[in-house]
Amino acid sequence: MLKIQDLKVEIEGKEIIKGLNLEINKGEVHAIMGPNGAGKSTLSAVIAGREEYEVTGGKIEFEGKDIMDLAPEERAHAGVFLSFQYPVEIPGVSVTNFIKTAINENRKAKGLDAMEAKDLLKLMREKQQLLEMDKTFMSRSINEGFSGGEKKRNEIFQMAMLDPKLAILDETDSGLDIDALRIVANGVNKLKGEDNAVMVITHYQRLLDHIIPDFVHVLFDGKIVKSGDKNLALELEEKGYDWIKQELK
Amino acid sequence: MNLKDKLINSFENLVQSSNGSEAEHVGTKRTESMAVFTAQGFPSMKDEEWKYTPLNKSIKRDYQLESQFSTDVKSSEVDSFLCSGIDSYKLVFVNGVFSSALSNTTSQENFFVTNLKDAFSGDSEIFNEYFGKLADTQQSMVALNTAFAKEGAFIYVKAGSVVDKLIQIIYINNDNSEAQLSQVRNLFVVEDRAEVQILERHQSLTDEYVFTNVVTETSVGNEAHFKHFKVQNNLDQTTLVDSTFVQQGAKSSSLVDTFAFGGDLTRNNLHFEFSGEYAEANMDAITLLKGDTIVDHHTFVDHAVPNCQSNQLYKGIYDEKSKGVFNGKVMVRKDAQKTNAFQQNNNLLLTDLAAIDTKPQLEIFADDVACSHGCTIGQLDDEALFYMQSRGIPIKEAKAFLMFAFAGDTLKNITIPELKAQLINLVAQKLNVNLELNELNI
Repeated sequence: MLKIQDLKVEIEGKEIIKGLNLEINKGEVHAIMGPNGAGKSTLSAVIAGREEYEVTGGKIEFEGKDIMDLAPEERAHAGVFLSFQYPVEIPGVSVTNFIKTAINENRKAKGLDAMEAKDLLKLMREKQQLLEMDKTFMSRSINEGFSGGEKKRNEIFQMAMLDPKLAILDETDSGLDIDALRIVANGVNKLKGEDNAVMVITHYQRLLDHIIPDFVHVLFDGKIVKSGDKNLALELEEKGYDWIKQELK
Repeated sequence: MNLKDKLINSFENLVQSSNGSEAEHVGTKRTESMAVFTAQGFPSMKDEEWKYTPLNKSIKRDYQLESQFSTDVKSSEVDSFLCSGIDSYKLVFVNGVFSSALSNTTSQENFFVTNLKDAFSGDSEIFNEYFGKLADTQQSMVALNTAFAKEGAFIYVKAGSVVDKLIQIIYINNDNSEAQLSQVRNLFVVEDRAEVQILERHQSLTDEYVFTNVVTETSVGNEAHFKHFKVQNNLDQTTLVDSTFVQQGAKSSSLVDTFAFGGDLTRNNLHFEFSGEYAEANMDAITLLKGDTIVDHHTFVDHAVPNCQSNQLYKGIYDEKSKGVFNGKVMVRKDAQKTNAFQQNNNLLLTDLAAIDTKPQLEIFADDVACSHGCTIGQLDDEALFYMQSRGIPIKEAKAFLMFAFAGDTLKNITIPELKAQLINLVAQKLNVNLELNELNI
C-alpha cells in the first residue's frame, strides 16, 4: 500500500530524513518509535503532503502510484489520513460543518454526489457513540477550547467518518488519560481491517498494548535503524534507546 | 471642461428648471450647499480626511449629469439582488431614477415608504423638519449631493409603530451608453418607540463608469430601534461615496451593518451622534476585496451626552492588490461621563501587495469613561489550512472557511433569518465557494 524508498527530506536547509525505507501492506499495523528529533513527525507530515518540507531524494508510492506531486487534499482523497499530534483550533467552523465538507469533498473527488443529510447524521451519531463523544460537541468550533483528550478523540472521530485506507497516528496517545486512551484505541481497532493499514507513531508502549503492531520500527537520526515485531517495543520500553545507539556505533 | 465646472454650470440649469416646483427652504439649501462645494471642490489627498483615498481618477471622467438613462430592467433581475423568501417593501432606482413599476411602496397612517422626489415641493412636514438638518453640509461631497439630489428613499415611521416588513432599497446602474454621475439621497425618520429594518444595496451592472454620491440622513427617536444594512456590490468601474448621518434619541438602539464587496473606489463616511442618554450605536462591517480596488471606512461617533454606548466591529479581507482604510474617530465630550466606546478593526492581508491603513482616533474629554480600540493585521494560518487539506478539503474551500470564521462575528446583529442567509450566501459568492457557511453561536 505505502512504499517509501530512500526518502530524503530537508526543512530550511537542514536534513531531517536521511534515506528512509518503509513498506506497509494492507491489513498491517506498523509502529514507528524513536527518540525526540528523530524525524517521526516529519515523516508523517511528508506522507500527508505538507509543503514546508522539501523532499530532496527518494520516492513515496501509495497503492502503486507516485504521490509526491499530489496536494494534501488529493492524498486525502486517495485514502491517506493523518491524525495530528497537535490538532489545529479553527474558531468559527463547527465540527459538523467541517466533517460534512470533508466527507462531501472526498465523495466529489470520487465522482459521487453529496451524502444525504440523514445518512450523514446517522453516520455521525454512530461514530460519536463509538468514541463516546457528547452530542453538544458537534456544534462547537473545531478543537477550540477542547481538552487534550477531546482533541484526539475528535481526530479519531474524523478518521472513522472518512474511513481512510492508511491512517497515520502521530502521537495520538500524548495527552490522553487511561480511559481516553482505551476509547481512542478502540476507535482505531474498529477501523482496522484487511484492506486498511495503520501507522502508529509513538514514544511509548502503552498505546501498543491496545493497538497491537505487526511491525515495530526504530527511527533514529532520519533513518529506520531497526525493525522487529511487537517485542521490540517492549524491549525499548524496558531499555530505552541507548542500546540501539550503542549498536549503531 | 472639468467635472467641477460642469457641475457649476449644470446647477444653474437645475435652479431654472425647478423654479417654483420646490419649496423655498429647499432652494435656499441647494444654493448654500452649491456655494460650499464651489468653494471647496472635490476632496483631494491633501485633505487629512482623504489622504489615503484618491478621488482624482474618478473625477477626471466625463459623466452625463442629467438622468436621461434608460430605466429598463427586468423585474426578475432586480429580484435576484433582493432578499428573497420574505415579504418586503421595495424601492427600486434604476440609473438614479425611481422605478414605480418595480417598486412596492406604501403610504399608511403609521408609516410610509416612498420616493423622496415628491417631498421637495415642501408638502411634507416631516421632510421640512429633517431634510438637510442631520447631514453635515459643510462637507463638500454632502454639499454637492444636497445641491443636486432629486431622488432617493424617504421612509417615515410614526411614534410607537413597527414596520411589519423589511424595507429594501436597491440602486441599480445598468446603462451601457455613457458614464453617469448619480446623486441620490435617503431620509429616514423613525420616531419615538418605533422600529424599522432597512436593506440598501448598490449594484452596478454596467461596464461604463459610474460615480454614485449618496447621502443618508437618519433620525432615530427616543427608545426607537433602527437597523440599516448596506450592501455595496459594484463592478470595478464604480466609485461610491456614501455619507450617512444618524442621530439617536435617549434609550434608542441602532445598527449600521456594511458589506463592502468592491467597486473601483468606495468611501463610507458614517457619522453617529447621540442627543439623549442611554442610547446604543452599533457599527459592523465586512470588507471583502480583490483586484486593484479600495474601500475607505471613515467613522465618527460623537458622544455628546452621558451614558451612551458605541460598538464598532470592522473586519476586512484584502486579496490581490486591494487596499483598505479604516479611520475610526470617537469624540467623548466633557459632559459625556459613563460613555462606553469600543472599536475593533481586524484585517487579513492575503498577498504581499494588499494593504490596509488603520487609524483609531480617540478624543476623550470626560474622565469617567470606558473606551478601547484595537486593530490587528494578519495572514491565513498555514497550519490550519494544512489541517483542513489533510482531511480532503481543497485549499480554496479551506481558505474560505478560515475567512468566514474570521469575519463571521460581524453577522451577529442580523436577526432576520432570511436576510442573514442571503448575506452569508453573498459572502460565499464573493469567496467563490459553494460551501454551506454556518454562523456559530459563540
